[in-house]
Amino acid sequence: MELPIIGDIIRLSRDPKDSLRLSRSNLEFWVNLLIISWAVAFAIWQGVGFAITVGTVFAIWAILSVSLNLVVGFTGLLSVAHIGFFGIGAYAMAILTSDAAYEQLRTEAIPTLGWPFFAALPVSVGVAGLVAVVVGIAFNRFRDDIYVLVSFGFAVIAFNVFLNWRSLTRGAFGIHEIERPAIGGWVFDGELEFLALVLVSLAVVILIAWFLMTSSFGRVLTAIREDEQATEVFGYQVTHYKLAIWVISAMMAGLAGGLFGSWTTFVDPNSFVLMESILLVSIVILGGLATIWGSLLGAMAFVLLEEGMRFLPFLPSEFVGQGRQVVLGILLVVLMLFRPQGLVGRYKL
Amino acid sequence: MATTDNGTQQPTAEPTVGISNGTDASGAGMLLELVAVSVRYGAVVALNRASLGVQRGELVAVMGPNGAGKSTVLKAIMGLAPVVGGTVYLRQEPLSVATHEIVQEGIAFVPQGRRVFTHLTIEENLEMGCLHLNDKAEQAQRMDAVMELFPILHRKRRDLASQMSGGQQQMLAIGRGLMAGPEVLLLDEPTLGLAPIVVKEVFEKISEINERLKTTIFVVEHNIKSVLDIADRAYVLDKGRVAHDGTPASVRQSNILTDVFLGRIDAG
Ligand SMILES: Nc1ncnc2c1ncn2[C@@H]1O[C@H](COP(=O)(O)OP(=O)(O)OP(=O)(O)O)[C@@H](O)[C@H]1O
Ligand SMILES: [Mg+2]
Repeated sequence: MELPIIGDIIRLSRDPKDSLRLSRSNLEFWVNLLIISWAVAFAIWQGVGFAITVGTVFAIWAILSVSLNLVVGFTGLLSVAHIGFFGIGAYAMAILTSDAAYEQLRTEAIPTLGWPFFAALPVSVGVAGLVAVVVGIAFNRFRDDIYVLVSFGFAVIAFNVFLNWRSLTRGAFGIHEIERPAIGGWVFDGELEFLALVLVSLAVVILIAWFLMTSSFGRVLTAIREDEQATEVFGYQVTHYKLAIWVISAMMAGLAGGLFGSWTTFVDPNSFVLMESILLVSIVILGGLATIWGSLLGAMAFVLLEEGMRFLPFLPSEFVGQGRQVVLGILLVVLMLFRPQGLVGRYKL
Repeated sequence: MATTDNGTQQPTAEPTVGISNGTDASGAGMLLELVAVSVRYGAVVALNRASLGVQRGELVAVMGPNGAGKSTVLKAIMGLAPVVGGTVYLRQEPLSVATHEIVQEGIAFVPQGRRVFTHLTIEENLEMGCLHLNDKAEQAQRMDAVMELFPILHRKRRDLASQMSGGQQQMLAIGRGLMAGPEVLLLDEPTLGLAPIVVKEVFEKISEINERLKTTIFVVEHNIKSVLDIADRAYVLDKGRVAHDGTPASVRQSNILTDVFLGRIDAG
């Protein structure tokens, strides 16, 4: 996309009146520029330490939104279940690695398994995948509006399991002292090392997503998205394809969950409420359906909004959470009105 | 959506002999045949003990007014309609596989309204038609054959299907069906909504597919005059029943079409 933009700039310098038309046709370019420069400005303004934190939060949300886009955008299954798999990944990490000896409240003790991070991470991914197989088989008969509803049901059930299966999750107390990654004696307790780890994970997720979507497998998903029955008529067992992408996407969410648990070293059910799932779907739609880059931009804009609002002088810190929801809600409505395909997307919802 | 899997086309205890379909062409053995098939959508009886068939190499037309059950005939074959009675036979064997397996049995379906994948290119659409072909050389050969039949597809092969006109999309839909290398091609209203000049071209192509490529064709068409010109045999459906079955000449001679289209016969 570089070349047309250079061409535009040349044309603009000749005829400034063109700018309005061009700024419309190049909206995507300006959106990219805006978000990236906003991120850079933010990092410079708040310093490296804060930028590292924001970068880590971004990478985790980006893994979630890219993976959710595989299901919502590429395959056309509107699911709000994603946060459940994120939670499963985080809890798997917490339960396997946390050191319960630190817990103050002995009545809510869970066994100390003391696994290392790198042994627990594949389990986070695997358990999320296993649950997704079972849930996905049950979901396969549904589509469209009903699909949203059943996925809603799953998110609610997952939250309630985190909250009420106390012998496993310690319920509302949450689990502390989750292990940080270590290779040999080298512990990733520095934030920069952790940032590197999540960015590498994000890169792997992007690579897998890109590979899937440019393969013939991805082409069938695109076809399913457009016309499930016509796809089936040509010999594609649609249910298998839908299940496969669902499970892959859930495993990526499990990965994000495992990383998140280890990064915060604490999990409790509040991180996995349905609202987070809806925010996530909004990010995917805002960024653009069926575009990996759009999901990255969406996640970046979201994290900047959230973190940026902490610095609004007139906004008390306890309203930051609600504030970001209001802003995101408004953005979503405005965007759906004027740009239903999202910031850089190809499809309308 | 009434997407039914296998199990809906259970052979019933219906006697399969003596089901009269007029001239009883089944003596020679139909390649694809519906025997006393009934389809019901809730209270709506879309097909009522309808018996139709196509012999190897034939081009058979199905005609009738809107809502007569024409599309339902093809959907019943594809396992896409809730069959409540009767049996679909392919090569004299009951056809009872799931929808996604039917293409491997040698039947390709070109649905009403074209339904090409608009977000894919022409080439990708065509490739979608031959999933079970691991032989790349064979795939390329079929694509060449399809593009030779429809040169426009070759010229636009890298364009998105959404950028094509209705007529071009129809050619693509037929081409995608041919990519499966079918023995029988099921066409549902291939000329619906097309300009007269394009309609003529589509009919020529259908005739060519039947005569040159030796593909058996079962075509639903509202364009009666044109389809009777190319068909070997024709069925007239009315309110889910077969009202007439015979050669194009017999259809032209009888009053059946005017009766059916003006609602002058009582299907009961
Ligand atoms: N999915 C469905 N659900 C309920 N009723 C249906 C469904 N599909 C078809 N029908 C009904 O079955 C009957 C036959 O429909 P069918 O589509 O086979 O007609 P058709 O002859 O192809 O008509 P057209 O010329 O309009 O395409 C109609 O009365 C129609 O309303
Ligand atoms: Mg029809």
